[in-house]
Amino acid sequence: MVILSLLILNKAGGLIFQRDFNEGLKKLSSNDYLVLAGTFHGVHAITSRISPVRDSGGGLEVLESDRFRMQCFQTLTGTKFLIFAEPNQPNIDVVVKRVYELYADYVMKNPFYQIEMPIRCEAFERNLVAYIKPKQ
Amino acid sequence: MSATKARVGEDAWKTRIDKVNAELVTLTYGSIVAQLCRDFEGDYLEVNKQLEKMGYNIGLRLIEDFLAKTNMGKCANFRETAETIAKVGFKVFLNITPTVTNWTTDNKQFSLIFEENPLADFVELPDDGRAQNELWYSNMLCGVLRGALEMVQMQVDAHFASDILRGNEVTEMRVTLVRIIDDELPPGED
Repeated sequence: MVILSLLILNKAGGLIFQRDFNEGLKKLSSNDYLVLAGTFHGVHAITSRISPVRDSGGGLEVLESDRFRMQCFQTLTGTKFLIFAEPNQPNIDVVVKRVYELYADYVMKNPFYQIEMPIRCEAFERNLVAYIKPKQ
Repeated sequence: MSATKARVGEDAWKTRIDKVNAELVTLTYGSIVAQLCRDFEGDYLEVNKQLEKMGYNIGLRLIEDFLAKTNMGKCANFRETAETIAKVGFKVFLNITPTVTNWTTDNKQFSLIFEENPLADFVELPDDGRAQNELWYSNMLCGVLRGALEMVQMQVDAHFASDILRGNEVTEMRVTLVRIIDDELPPGED
């Protein structure tokens, strides 16, 4: 299971966290990541309106090409977790759930973390890397 | 529907929640309220407000933990929200299951009746004549509900209607759905 990178978007579509775990993706500038996040946020909003699946309620969930698989998990609070992995990767849902749990623990429960602001919680990154790196 | 919710709550409580000593919770909460009363020199209405504010900040963060640990999906309507709050939410955080009653006909208001309240164990309100009439001891819970529900796009008002500590028969919290918060664009954008 190879996880390439993780992005976390806040309710407004702003990028609050970005981390690469593998050399498989090209390095972008921080501005490019912001643009990527904002673009995805917009696309997600549009797709949730034009979804052909009635009552699905959600927007774009998976984007797969022959080079990568991108999975988006949107929480009921509007936060989006984007996981980039190698194609044909099963069980990304498990990874996403676990990342959400780590987020709920090390980010939200940090009283000094300001909600919707960029995540600068060392404990979150440490635990994230400890969870994802062994899987590579 | 409520039987499955009860099972979800029970299952989450048993397997995925770290436990802490109940006395620690009771004493910590008690010292918060007592300190606020001292700081505001007996202005119990202000203490109520501060408790609600603190609860609000807790609720904003607590909701993510709740969603992550219980994997709950979106509730179909406010009635389901009420059942989730009572059977899963309170179960997971305080190991109590208040009863949901007194629905209004438009299904926008309900009451939570608390048979037990761990926050108020061993508590007796001060005898200065005013606390009994002005202080809502567990008001932090109202703020928690308000903050948590606001993060899932529901604006609610929660307040206590009666409290055993005040000499009433039951501890009852009244929750009203004010409105569903639809995605609002920032000002200046169409």
